Amino acid sequence: MATKTKTEAPTPAVLKTGWRANLKYYELTIKTLTTFILAAGSFVVIIPLIYLVSSSLKDRAQLRQEPLNPLPIAQVMVRLNNKNEALYNVTIDGQARQMALVKKAPGGKGIFADPAAPDVTYELLIADQTPVRRLEVHWENYPEAMTVVPFDRYAINTLLVTFTGMAGMLFSCSLVAYGFSRFRARWLGPLFIVLLSTVMLPRQVTLIPIYVLFQRIGWVDTLLPLIVPQFFANAYDVFLLRQFFMTVPLELDEAAKIDGASPFQTFLHVMLPQARPALVTVGIFHFLYAWNDFYEPLIFLHSRENWTMAVGLQTFNALYASNTHLVMAASVVMIIPPILLFFFSQRIFTQGVVITGVKG
Amino acid sequence: MLKQFDIRRWSLAKREAAAGYFFVSPWLIGFVLLTLGPMLASLYFSFTDYNIIEQPSWVGLDNYAQLFQDPLFWQSIKVTLQFSALALPLGLLTGFALALLLNQAIPGVRIWRTIYFLPSVLSGVAVTLLWILIFNPKIGIINQLLALVGIDGPGWLSDPYWSVPALVIISLWGIGQTMIIYLAGLQGIPTDLYDASKVDGANAWQRFWSVTLPMMTPVLLYNLVLGLIASFSYFTQAYIASSSISGGELGGPVRSTLFYNLYLYQNAFRYFEMGYASAMAWVLLVIVLLLTLLIFRSSSAWVYYEGELRGRT
Repeated sequence: MATKTKTEAPTPAVLKTGWRANLKYYELTIKTLTTFILAAGSFVVIIPLIYLVSSSLKDRAQLRQEPLNPLPIAQVMVRLNNKNEALYNVTIDGQARQMALVKKAPGGKGIFADPAAPDVTYELLIADQTPVRRLEVHWENYPEAMTVVPFDRYAINTLLVTFTGMAGMLFSCSLVAYGFSRFRARWLGPLFIVLLSTVMLPRQVTLIPIYVLFQRIGWVDTLLPLIVPQFFANAYDVFLLRQFFMTVPLELDEAAKIDGASPFQTFLHVMLPQARPALVTVGIFHFLYAWNDFYEPLIFLHSRENWTMAVGLQTFNALYASNTHLVMAASVVMIIPPILLFFFSQRIFTQGVVITGVKG
Repeated sequence: MLKQFDIRRWSLAKREAAAGYFFVSPWLIGFVLLTLGPMLASLYFSFTDYNIIEQPSWVGLDNYAQLFQDPLFWQSIKVTLQFSALALPLGLLTGFALALLLNQAIPGVRIWRTIYFLPSVLSGVAVTLLWILIFNPKIGIINQLLALVGIDGPGWLSDPYWSVPALVIISLWGIGQTMIIYLAGLQGIPTDLYDASKVDGANAWQRFWSVTLPMMTPVLLYNLVLGLIASFSYFTQAYIASSSISGGELGGPVRSTLFYNLYLYQNAFRYFEMGYASAMAWVLLVIVLLLTLLIFRSSSAWVYYEGELRGRT
């Protein structure tokens, strides 16, 4: 990436003052306009997320009544003559009072009564009165969503797949990347081309025989098909790590060699500590990939106790379609880890994605 | 007898080669077992009738012949191309426009970049479930907002005419990854090119047309090819949206979201027509190779690589 070096353009001296002032004004306009557009656009990005969180804190009725209100608001009810009645702020003879709507009357009118003195009733236009509402946050959606389906089980499975897979990927990819970056042999060059060309291969071309293979050895409906292949390296991460290894000075390897270290020891004690930033980058991207992947868990996992969160969440939605608020709560839980990871490692994301941009 | 296996007797070059092969062996084994072998096997399966339980029986080119007469196969290609025709140009425009904006030296640019990138790290399942609610014809926020300005919004994901555009909108929301790639491309343009054009008196618009755009065409091309290939693997959003909207009918409503990969999945893992699905996978491979080739061939007319010009002058 080129570093920005500002070189002043030589401008004709005559034009200088007026032209400069104009330019400054022009640049300021551009910047203000840019900020304005970005701010407007960021609303489009953020509003769905706010909508997600607010929906997860409403109950079923609130979700249907107040879709445009980001706050979980509910109508206040009062107990009157053994019935729950809606409370309204009403104005009678210029006096503001709180009254319950006891009965609807024709013509958009309603019979109102003071809960303290229910015997006196007033007939008023309902549209003119404002209902009394208060914040009613349904935190209990979260524990409920986590318990109506075995979400803890899904979480454990997802963590298992994500982290053992990550360990396997990091181990195998760094080994292979080291092999492709540090050794000369007749077939290593051609093999590297083969490795790179596998990026173009659609997953579907190999998926069916792999499924048949895993079925034969009894791995279908276990977590193994999602974990074990990670131990055999993949083209994206090998490529990224190799690019990084190439930038590590060869002198370090040679010094270790002179000290009598074997290639494997050199790899373990010299290269790996050097490659920490690159390993963190591919590790984070693997986390996101494994955490969010739906396609392979859907294909390989059949019984409920083996599902990952992605499959569990989709099935949860299919089974409890009318409980949208619970589905939204579960969705929030699922996106929290990637968001946390994202905010703690923004820099890695915005740089790393350029290289690993194709994954997933 | 074991002389050739005694490492101490090997030459240095031979030892180095052996170590190299040792290090790449995890990938090599994986390549043979999980890529090359399965590729050949799926090629073989594509010429057979195979349901996993019984042995595959050879049927020659029947699967392919049947495929080209299968209206659902053509429907799946149509849906995939419809999606690409909408999502790719729109994604290119918005992604590139955003990258241009985020490449300005404005205060807080890092925060804006973070916000725009955020949706692309989120789970496809959770995101799709959220958008299903957003697109809900009755209680969803989009139709509520449209109602405020007096528009009676469509059924979106439950309307065969609007289901693909709705999926395109979801994909545009996750534009962050594309945007970052464009941004990196923009930052890779040498500043001296801009300085030189400023000296020549080019205004901002001229600089965009004669420096930024030509320098960006390789990146635009790269994303276009990847986008096209990705649309043939498009799965999660279409699976979840169709299976939860139209009561479990994959690719619904009325097959308007029967994407190529969804139909392949259906054949392989719902009907267990492994031979037929393998034929689809190989057709997909050919499509991907052809598309890539076609775009790269035609690109010489409009893609500018910096090296080319240097070669000519």
